[in-house]
Amino acid sequence: MKLWDRYFTPGSIDEAMSLLQSYDGAARVIAGGTDLLVDLRAIMTAAPAVGHPPHAALIDITRIPDLMRMDDEGDFITIGAGVTHTQIVKSAVLRAIAACLVESCGVVGGPQVRNVATLGGNVAHALPAGDGTTSLVALAAQADIMQNGVRRWVDIREMFIGTGKSLINSTRDLLIGFRFAKPGAGEGTSFSRIMRPQGVALPILGCSVWLKLDDARERVTAARICIAPVAPVPMRAEAVEAALIGQPINAASIDDAIQAAHATIRPRTSKYRATADYRDEMIEVLLKRTLITAADRAKDPTQRREDAKAQ
Amino acid sequence: MSHLNITVNGKAYALDVDDSRTLAYFLRLDLGLTGTKLGCEEAECGICTVLVDGVPVDSCTYPVLKAQGRAVTTIEGLAQGKQLHPLQRNFIAHGAVQCGFCTPGLIMTSAALLEENADPSVDDIKGALKDTFCRCTGYTSVIKAIQSAAREKRGLPAAIVDDPHVEEPMGVISRSVPPIDVIEKVIGSAKYTDDYTFANMLHARTLRSPYPHAKILAIRTEKAQAFTGVRAVLTYKDVPGDNKHGLVHRDWDVLCGDVVRYVGDAVAIVAADTEDIAAAALALIEVDYEPLGVVADPIYAHTPEAPVLHPNHPTGNLLKHIKVRHGDTEQGFATADVIVEHEYRTPTTEHAFLEPECAIGIPKGYEGHDKLTIYVGSQIPYQDRNQIALSMNMTETDVRVIGTLIGGGFGGKEDIAGQIHVAMLATVTDQPVKMLYSRQESLIFHPKRHATIIRIKTGATRDGRLTAVEATLYGDGGAYASLSDKVMTRATTHATGPYDVPNAKIDCYAMYTNNVPSGAFRGFGVTQSAFAVEQNMDMIAEKLGIDALEMRRINAQKVGVTTATGQLLRESVGLLDTIDDVRADMNVVANGHGFRWAWREGSKAFAWGVACAYKNTGLGGGAPDKSEAEVEAFEDGTLEVRTAAADMGQGIAHVVAQCAAEEMRLPYERVRVLLCDTDLTPNGGPTTASRQTFMTGNAARLASVALRDAITTSAAEMMDIDPEAIRYEEGLLRSEDRRIEVELGQVVAWMKQNGLSARAKHEYHAPKTQPLGSGGDMHFAFSYATQAALIEVDTETGEVHVLKVVSSTDIGRAINPLMLQGQIEGGIVMALGNCLTESFIMEEGQVWSRLLSRYKMPGIKQAPEIISRLVEHRSSDGPYGAKGVGEIPSINTTPAICNAIYNAVGVRVFTIPVDQDSLLLAMKRGETELHRAWHDIK
Repeated sequence: MKLWDRYFTPGSIDEAMSLLQSYDGAARVIAGGTDLLVDLRAIMTAAPAVGHPPHAALIDITRIPDLMRMDDEGDFITIGAGVTHTQIVKSAVLRAIAACLVESCGVVGGPQVRNVATLGGNVAHALPAGDGTTSLVALAAQADIMQNGVRRWVDIREMFIGTGKSLINSTRDLLIGFRFAKPGAGEGTSFSRIMRPQGVALPILGCSVWLKLDDARERVTAARICIAPVAPVPMRAEAVEAALIGQPINAASIDDAIQAAHATIRPRTSKYRATADYRDEMIEVLLKRTLITAADRAKDPTQRREDAKAQ
Repeated sequence: MSHLNITVNGKAYALDVDDSRTLAYFLRLDLGLTGTKLGCEEAECGICTVLVDGVPVDSCTYPVLKAQGRAVTTIEGLAQGKQLHPLQRNFIAHGAVQCGFCTPGLIMTSAALLEENADPSVDDIKGALKDTFCRCTGYTSVIKAIQSAAREKRGLPAAIVDDPHVEEPMGVISRSVPPIDVIEKVIGSAKYTDDYTFANMLHARTLRSPYPHAKILAIRTEKAQAFTGVRAVLTYKDVPGDNKHGLVHRDWDVLCGDVVRYVGDAVAIVAADTEDIAAAALALIEVDYEPLGVVADPIYAHTPEAPVLHPNHPTGNLLKHIKVRHGDTEQGFATADVIVEHEYRTPTTEHAFLEPECAIGIPKGYEGHDKLTIYVGSQIPYQDRNQIALSMNMTETDVRVIGTLIGGGFGGKEDIAGQIHVAMLATVTDQPVKMLYSRQESLIFHPKRHATIIRIKTGATRDGRLTAVEATLYGDGGAYASLSDKVMTRATTHATGPYDVPNAKIDCYAMYTNNVPSGAFRGFGVTQSAFAVEQNMDMIAEKLGIDALEMRRINAQKVGVTTATGQLLRESVGLLDTIDDVRADMNVVANGHGFRWAWREGSKAFAWGVACAYKNTGLGGGAPDKSEAEVEAFEDGTLEVRTAAADMGQGIAHVVAQCAAEEMRLPYERVRVLLCDTDLTPNGGPTTASRQTFMTGNAARLASVALRDAITTSAAEMMDIDPEAIRYEEGLLRSEDRRIEVELGQVVAWMKQNGLSARAKHEYHAPKTQPLGSGGDMHFAFSYATQAALIEVDTETGEVHVLKVVSSTDIGRAINPLMLQGQIEGGIVMALGNCLTESFIMEEGQVWSRLLSRYKMPGIKQAPEIISRLVEHRSSDGPYGAKGVGEIPSINTTPAICNAIYNAVGVRVFTIPVDQDSLLLAMKRGETELHRAWHDIK
């Protein structure tokens, strides 16, 4: 079944933008395509009697060098929107300093999907619980976008304006990449999620954590936590973060964090996925698992390398 | 069109391609490399995996222009000339190839793994193959094959093949010879229906109903007919003969004209120059509907207010009321010391064979085809022919059905799919017509496993003896009868479990609803009733303080027992041995610790659970059951066995070849098999009811005996010795004193010169059976099994993992031990899916599970370690003592897992698939019963 008519592989951002412009909304950006093509097929097979015209064109951005790079720029790590999940999982640098991103990209699909699916695609798809997204939020990443002729950096959370709705319009705009401050000494991250084995590819709940400990590596001085999905867009669990500041990570502080979560986060029941009650229980499980791991990694950089390697 | 430079299997191509091509279609259609198979086109099943610059990708969702300038390796590029890749060799050696449809994907994914990791652990393999599915093998043999291939690549000897122990192996029988066509399957040259193309072939599509129940007011096809490239648009008016088909009741419309009864119902069919034109034309067909009330569940279907689906059916929505009456249950329960009664629910489930349905029609007179010919991967070619002929208003002999290889069936390829439609379209257009269903269409269209509601009451005395069973079953038959009558009969007759139950009263109501029809599915109803029976057994055992296996031992059927249908079991009842095997193996697995049913480690709860099963071999119930096979010897000393018995991966091809080789004392390699061509092969009957080894195995064996007798007579004349003095040895015929010998081929040549035929046919008739209710032998053989599952429950999340399954199965005799073990392992993993992952969800008749991503079959990560043993209580009528094995392994895994869950965390599972959400909440709340499944979360 034909899902598109023309296929372009521009070699530069300018070329991609001019193609999008010339198609005036009838072309669509494609990166790995593992979600996009499946979605197009799902739409076309939902009601074959209705008949859906194929897209006029797909603009493949994975041959644009600016979108394919992964750089350590000293203070920042930059990841192009076309970088695949496999590249992230295999990156020694990311394993050592941003284990949460490696862990979240490592659980997406199987190897065949991770070999082509991109981090940019995960964000552009705008699901409230995209695994890569959850970790980008915990890393306080920024997205590099080209919109209305203007290229700018936006907070990762601004990329989401509703369930499945992205700030960028993939028939007109371009997501170029991401950057986040390079975690340093005393900082640790962790990601974990709960899945079900039945027919839903989305996590029941995912949780990504970034912690910064004091110089003695005892107490939390800063924290960023993303638990998703608990709202139509990914959000920081700010009350949970606040509860941890000044505390060592131990049973008591984790319990405080869980209480703060229960007081402020109200997950809902989603059909064929999970009940609100179950998700409440999973908030506890995930906070326990990720906070302990992130703190261990913040305390011992060798440990976090070993952990990342074990993925 | 765009220009593409690409290297495929080392060969550089520069050519113009359609921009919209995926890599899979480019390989299959533009390059003719059909070894790459399409299973879902959703990046879900992984069987289309190829390597792009050495990296595995799903070629179904990979636009070919992404591969611009890159090097692609497909299954066809793996072998070096005739030298197979170590993976290809080891997949064959370890029995990791059954239907073969997923094999290219498994091998290519593994090939990438071995390039990266020379010595992969089981976990490494499970990680790499996480999303590459196989529905046949259960993955155990796949893991062994990959590890063995890795050893070979490292220069070590291949791993020893885990060939199960069998009693009294013969020359070829009970030997693990490689299956037929296995090399073609590992190198990508094996042809399934969609791999065939013909000159001037058209592509067909089906317009299906958007409503689960509606009156058709008008159908207008003019616009579609006028669309450029459309060659035919047909509706009910164009069906030349009977517009109804059906294997038991002819109630299923070829094309609906007055009423649609489910969302898969066909209203019109289109043949066009391309698939895209055919798809576009569907949108131009206008149908006016008047929606009718929807019957969405079998209990509502039985109420007076429910709309009636088939007004001509004498009992309305009640397709059939099936009864078992045995002894006096009132008195049985009066003598019981303990009684348990519970209600269980099982969902509709999907076969998910990896090859979606495909049929090709070739008109009479087309090159090489002297009659209307249908190519199809069908489980019942002769009944296809019969149904096509009736709807085409032709005589059966004017139709030829040619069976291609089948990419899995499991019962889901018994009913008519596109066979009649392509016959009509090919006849009208006078061109070949291919009708290939997408995965999504396959999900909506074909009959499923029945959803059931089972209320069952079991009584026993203090010493553990069962005194009575009373049960009521409701089966959701869906919109058409398909095999519901037979399937639900099996659910009913097996609802006592494989036990000696003196009093039984069982009522089953098979109901019409507006859901997708239900039909045959491995286990044939018994999978559902065993879920209920075997958990009631555990509950009684617990109340009485009797060990769960001992409880089953006390009540086990044995020779001399009379079943609830009045059948005296006279032989081949190996249940007790399977119980003892499993007990022994559970103890071995528990090594060092002493056996424990349940224990905890941190937040993980571990436990064993057990269950037993039995399953009839053959149609039974008074149905005449026969099979024909023909064998022919040739001057080159080879033999051909011909029969229309479908091989969907289970291996009837090698079974008949082994029977023929055994009787002719020929090396197995000299036997060819031709299956499923209604012009060239006699009728082997349906591939259903675990019947083929018994039935067609016997037919092939007895045809071979007849041929051997004929050849012996000729050889005696030729050699001028007494026929009694002739001995067959490895293709030679020798005199007893070894002074004279001739080759088989020489005898055949002599026979031909003398006007004799070196060919024999046998029509095997199964021992007579009796209909249900008349007492006597309802079936001519039963297979038995016991399984134990070791599971782990994460008490923090409710997640359930099956770690090990210990199994013992009485199959009479293992004709091919390794391939038979593959049936058992595959059946267990399929049943694990039934228990933990699978539910085909419909909402008021609309299909929610319309994508494979919404229907998860077990992947390699869920595959447990399987330890299986064989018990061989010979069946005196079976070939060399064999009984059926196809279904028995898929019956008791589900209750074994559920019994283990109860033993681990004290929660009894009354509905499947087991939901971690409700299991955890039940544990947290101190509840002991689980009545909510995944599909109930709304």
